[in-house]
Amino acid sequence: MTYREAVREAIRKALRADDRVFLMGEDVGRYGGCYAVSKGLLSEFGPDRIRDTPLSESAFVGAGIGAALGGMRPIVEIMTVNFSLLALDQIMNNAATLLHMSGGQFNVPLVIRMATGGGRQLAAQHSHSLEGWYAHIPGIKVLTPAVLEDAHGMLLAAIQDPDPVLIFENALLYNAEGELPANAGPVDIRHAAIRRPGRDVSVITYGNSLGKALEAARNLAGKGIDAEVIDLRTLRPLDDRTLMDSVARTHRALIVDEGWRSGGISAEISARITEQAFYDLDAPVQRLCGAECPMPYAAHLEAASIPQVATIAAAIEGMVQPHG
Amino acid sequence: MMNPVHATDLLKQMLLVRRFEEKCAELYTQEKIRGFLHLYIGEEAVGIGVMQALRPEDAVVATYREHGHALARGMPAGVVMAEMFGKQEGCSRGRGGSMHLFDAKLRFYGGNAIVGGGLPLAIGLALADKIRNNARVTCCFFGDGAVAEGEFHECMNLASLWKLPVLLICENNRYAMGTRLDFSHSVTDLYKKAAAYAVPASAVDGMDVLAVEDAAKSATAAVLSGQGPYLLECRTYRFRAHSMYDPELYREKAEVEEWKKRDPIPMLIQAMEANGFKVDLADMEGQVAKQVDEGIAFAEAGSWEPVADLLRFVYSEDPA
Repeated sequence: MTYREAVREAIRKALRADDRVFLMGEDVGRYGGCYAVSKGLLSEFGPDRIRDTPLSESAFVGAGIGAALGGMRPIVEIMTVNFSLLALDQIMNNAATLLHMSGGQFNVPLVIRMATGGGRQLAAQHSHSLEGWYAHIPGIKVLTPAVLEDAHGMLLAAIQDPDPVLIFENALLYNAEGELPANAGPVDIRHAAIRRPGRDVSVITYGNSLGKALEAARNLAGKGIDAEVIDLRTLRPLDDRTLMDSVARTHRALIVDEGWRSGGISAEISARITEQAFYDLDAPVQRLCGAECPMPYAAHLEAASIPQVATIAAAIEGMVQPHG
Repeated sequence: MMNPVHATDLLKQMLLVRRFEEKCAELYTQEKIRGFLHLYIGEEAVGIGVMQALRPEDAVVATYREHGHALARGMPAGVVMAEMFGKQEGCSRGRGGSMHLFDAKLRFYGGNAIVGGGLPLAIGLALADKIRNNARVTCCFFGDGAVAEGEFHECMNLASLWKLPVLLICENNRYAMGTRLDFSHSVTDLYKKAAAYAVPASAVDGMDVLAVEDAAKSATAAVLSGQGPYLLECRTYRFRAHSMYDPELYREKAEVEEWKKRDPIPMLIQAMEANGFKVDLADMEGQVAKQVDEGIAFAEAGSWEPVADLLRFVYSEDPA
């Protein structure tokens, strides 16, 4: 099974389980989804539940909010994260604020999914990692599934959540292969996961950088460096406890993020470690982030713009003395 | 044929909004009310006229100039005033203020202070009704300024495409804050824009509450017939400044005075008298003043939400 199929299976389960659930977005129906996530769902569920929308991000995201207020459980797909900026007003000014602004009267049970990340030579308007921006906003939850079980289970958890949940699916992961247990269901969306335990350094990452970090850790194992790799899974709310416990064991932290360094989620995590685990540290917190430029098209420039296995490994080596 | 009981009720509702807001302005200068305060004075016939077409099961999405709509929808004056005082007895626990009045029981979905931002919500509410086969209307109020926003055009297209049961009320008061209609719009007959989306539309004299009511009832019937949205442009005028910060440098006093000759309250009184109905205005003023005073007393007696509750309702609370 692929990551794409895992997401599709979760959407299918949600549609079957609850007649209030429907999917809407650009090309989700007849085209089958820009990334083929919803392929086949139109013929299975019909056009009322698999709704092709016009190219009107603000209107259909806002309509998702309104439909959620009206008792539905919409899943809205935005084709890619850069397009979500056309709907940012609705996400920020309505979805995230309505419950608080109304004194607790109007919760918004809405799921918004979108593709994120670089690595496909799609240049500067289709490749950014803006999930860290969204994590700035109180009132929404920000999920970044990196493994099949999360691609599937986070969507099922999100659809049961009473509040707006944004799911960022790194487009490079859609073809990732893996196993999904037959009884797979909703997963916890509050905690980070230690994907590889280690003693020497906590490598904190999420999304498509997780696989790269794990590969870097494997490569370094032969050199006597034992890196712990943490998958953040959820960027808002951040799971401080798992991060601080890890740092207390390893005494070093490297944050790997495709997003930009300045003011990004990596800065937030670094600040929290400094605030909460300063005396556990044996070295300054390090960050490996996206280069501070719009994403270039040329393959070699794009590759240089985001963390790679080699640069992650080099960053770890720069922080850790190998065991003799 | 004018129904005197109903006309009297409309008059009283308009008078309540007028006197309520005049008090709001006073209370603003006394710093009981802070933040932005946008008065509806002059435009009362629109909100009150349209509200006559709506039933309790219908939904309302309004703008940041929505005291009149909230009162006309049935929110008690005291609860609205308490909200403006920032008290937890307010309709939004004091978290919203003047621009963000909400009431779930009345299906009153705000109080949206992003121009055009309520439109997508409204079509979403209507979409939910369409999917669930609920024979309900969602009524969305917005101004002439919103018609220049992309969201208006996106929503007109989507509502028409999906035949959504939404009543779109454009409150055209001729100014987007301080920018006059003809400095904002290439086509100033705003209802004509609906033709591009195959949405039926018309314009009505927004200073004539009975005309607004009639037009809104026809429009609502059209929406409920299943044909999709209807755009009603209500041509009106704001007598007061945009907000309490506005020195009104952008319009002539003479223009304001000219529009005041078409004040919806005296216009209705004249229409009633022309139909042979006597209006006991002094008695009505007394009742309204009492209602407003009681509202202010309720707000004054209200309490502040404990600061410890600041972070409540950022997310839903787990059911205990």
